[in-house]
Amino acid sequence: MNIIDVIGPVMIGPSSSHTAGAVRLGLLAAGILGSRPVQAQIHLHGSFAETYRGHGTDMALLAGLMGWKPDDARIPEAEKYAAECGMQYEFHKIDLGNLTHPNTVLFRLTDAAGDSCEIIGSSVGGGQVKVTAIDGFPVELTGRLPAILTLHEDRRGVIALVSSTLANGGVNIATMRLFRNDRGGTASMVIECDQDVPPSIINLIGALEQIRSVRFIAGVL
Amino acid sequence: MKNDKLSLNRWIAEAEEKGQSLQEFLMEYNMRQLECDRGQLLDKMKEMLRVMRQSIDFGLTGVRSRSGLTGGDAKKLQQAANQSEACDLLGAKARDAVIFSMAVSECNAAMGRIAAAPTAGASGVLPGVFFSLQKHYNLSEETLAEGLVVAGSIGLVIADRASLAGATGGCQAECGSAAAMAAGAAVTMLGGTPSQAGTAAAIVFKNILGLVCDPVAGLVEVPCIKRNGSCALQALAAAELALCGIGSFIPADEAIDAMKSVGDALPCALRETAGGGMAATPTALAWARQYFSQDKDK
Repeated sequence: MNIIDVIGPVMIGPSSSHTAGAVRLGLLAAGILGSRPVQAQIHLHGSFAETYRGHGTDMALLAGLMGWKPDDARIPEAEKYAAECGMQYEFHKIDLGNLTHPNTVLFRLTDAAGDSCEIIGSSVGGGQVKVTAIDGFPVELTGRLPAILTLHEDRRGVIALVSSTLANGGVNIATMRLFRNDRGGTASMVIECDQDVPPSIINLIGALEQIRSVRFIAGVL
Repeated sequence: MKNDKLSLNRWIAEAEEKGQSLQEFLMEYNMRQLECDRGQLLDKMKEMLRVMRQSIDFGLTGVRSRSGLTGGDAKKLQQAANQSEACDLLGAKARDAVIFSMAVSECNAAMGRIAAAPTAGASGVLPGVFFSLQKHYNLSEETLAEGLVVAGSIGLVIADRASLAGATGGCQAECGSAAAMAAGAAVTMLGGTPSQAGTAAAIVFKNILGLVCDPVAGLVEVPCIKRNGSCALQALAAAELALCGIGSFIPADEAIDAMKSVGDALPCALRETAGGGMAATPTALAWARQYFSQDKDK
């Protein structure tokens, strides 16, 4: 923590968790989808479901999906802009159970190409966020640093191939986490990097035989 | 390896040993932490000051919150004081601090742009104190920026030893910390010594200890907006005592540690969950019921 964290950040009020954090969750969700959604089903859980109108959580989530930052003065009017850019959306309440963080949102997003994605994320306090599931697959993505997200076959050597591709491209890995459903099944890597990863390197990783999909997700803090 | 907590008392002692002002000492400290030069640090602070000023101006237009629960009070206070002597009990410096604090807090509740310093919920206190002092003592932008470095550094100590979050330590940790930060900064901006700045911060914690976080319907409105105003007053009162040479029997670090232990002892209902305090009064519950049922109809 440093003085910039204490004196700031600049944000649209009223709440770091319910407004600024919600913008960041929208940004991460759009990043995971890979482009601005044309359809968004947004399901709110817990405190998000109860207080979203008063905190502008709904506007904040739409703002993030449109790629805006938490200090964007247009956030209170995000609804209007979403309509203008042809993004269809609906808000619903959902009960994801007692064990789920009270500030949680489940997005079902579809992009212009018809690709869709289901993302669950929580605003965990002070504007910090965490995406915990993508298409039912458990992950942990905080948006603190630029990150690479892969879906790949759980086979030996994949991690070494990906990390050497990054090293050759001059990218330093800050943190790395692995998730898988079954041994030898589908696995996922969340690699946080100290630098933005250029599309050329993402393409090299995507071309690896065992990689099913790879996505670069910009940091949102 | 021993993990030493940050210490306001240690910084004060080091500054006085070197014969430095607290702002000079803390600027050097933060330049080292951020690996930046003096100009870059002060520019960042000036950027935050500009946002604060804009938040005040937006709040003073009389904006209302999205829920409709609050708004317009900063403007009302400003207008009333000009019209009637009975509405000027506080005197201009204190009144302006309250007006500006509530204006920023109303700006925040109305989804305006604010600097979350130290948090969104307590974002009114620092601008209230800083811009009242600027107006009445004709302080330069440079002086305010240096003061903000002092305020932020006190906030770092509080964050390290206790917390700045209402959900963790109650309102004492949020608006109370903002007041302690503002009080220490006010002392340095008005030419006080480093130890007077520490005294001012300690006095604030003694006076706001135990303040709970109890937002009606979970919204950052009631009682948050008036608390911002009231904590700006606490900051000015503590700064005045310290500048007059009155000491604090309890040193700043220990006052912060006391705030932490009180925060740890607060039940969950009094830590931003809207389960106790003002949020649990019949009036609050009735309003919240109506507010949430409107929501369900949509």
